[in-house]
Amino acid sequence: MINIVLLTFLALTALAIVRLRHLFAVVMLTGVYSLLSAGLFVLLDAVDVAFTEAAVGAGISTVLMLGTLALTSRREKVPGRTPLLPLIVVMITGAALLYGTLDMPRFGDPDAPIHRHVAPRYIQKSGTEVGVPNIVTSVLASYRGFDTLGEVTVIFTAGIGILLLLGGTGGRRRKDEETEEEG
Amino acid sequence: MNQHLVLRVVAKMLLPPILLFALYVQFHGDFGPGGGFQAGVIFAAAFILYALVFGLETARRVVPEGVVRAAMAVGLLIFAGVGFAGLLLGGNYLNYSVLAENQKAGQHLGITLIEFGVGTTVAAVMITIFFAFAGRSARMSDEDW
Repeated sequence: MINIVLLTFLALTALAIVRLRHLFAVVMLTGVYSLLSAGLFVLLDAVDVAFTEAAVGAGISTVLMLGTLALTSRREKVPGRTPLLPLIVVMITGAALLYGTLDMPRFGDPDAPIHRHVAPRYIQKSGTEVGVPNIVTSVLASYRGFDTLGEVTVIFTAGIGILLLLGGTGGRRRKDEETEEEG
Repeated sequence: MNQHLVLRVVAKMLLPPILLFALYVQFHGDFGPGGGFQAGVIFAAAFILYALVFGLETARRVVPEGVVRAAMAVGLLIFAGVGFAGLLLGGNYLNYSVLAENQKAGQHLGITLIEFGVGTTVAAVMITIFFAFAGRSARMSDEDW
């Protein structure tokens, strides 16, 4: 029941995002969208993912999008042409994806391939091998330590990239202001 | 934001719980949901809220940009360093079992250390990105929105 309500709200939010031209409202609605997805993740028992979605999707990225808005325009340009071709492409892609889900194992099916690979080992042995009560943490930090190291490297690289693109100007601008005040 | 008294007071009240919650998520990640990623983002959110309400210059005085930029690298170095510590103690790279006298203690120590590294890097990168974006925006009045 809650699933259906949340999914309905998700769809409505997505439609509103597409229809609205005022970008401030769009940014706020994307935050709402992330928060609703976080609720869905909780219902799917993926609390760690929900936590990240709520903190990153609804929190930080909303603020960053607002910062971007402050740098650019606050209204979206009205497209000149009717979006018929994009609509058809989206419909066909969506139909193909839906068709693909027909072959997928049912949600929570213990015989699904993903539950028969390494997951049984994690569930049975992580208590004795790692000894951390939260299996998600033991998978992320210990069994899949290389992946997590890679993820942190990606985040670090993103920070470096932002600094190279946008950083440094703050100091220069302040210097400019100072010289203007002096002059 | 000088005229928004309610926002300033509420933000001031919210900051300590947010920081405390970030630390809880950081060090409680072994037992409940959470971990370095989430804790880092929440920790950064506290500073971003501070910068939003009290201004970028004030926030830059609290967390100097040099410190944040160094922290970005330090977190990653802690993570990679734990891996090398495992190598030096005779295990594989990122094998925490050799870090302490028994396997479980080693795993626990390793996970705590690398989660701390993850949290440090994530928080520092988030603060850096926000500072970089906010540092470029022209000053806006409330009516502009």
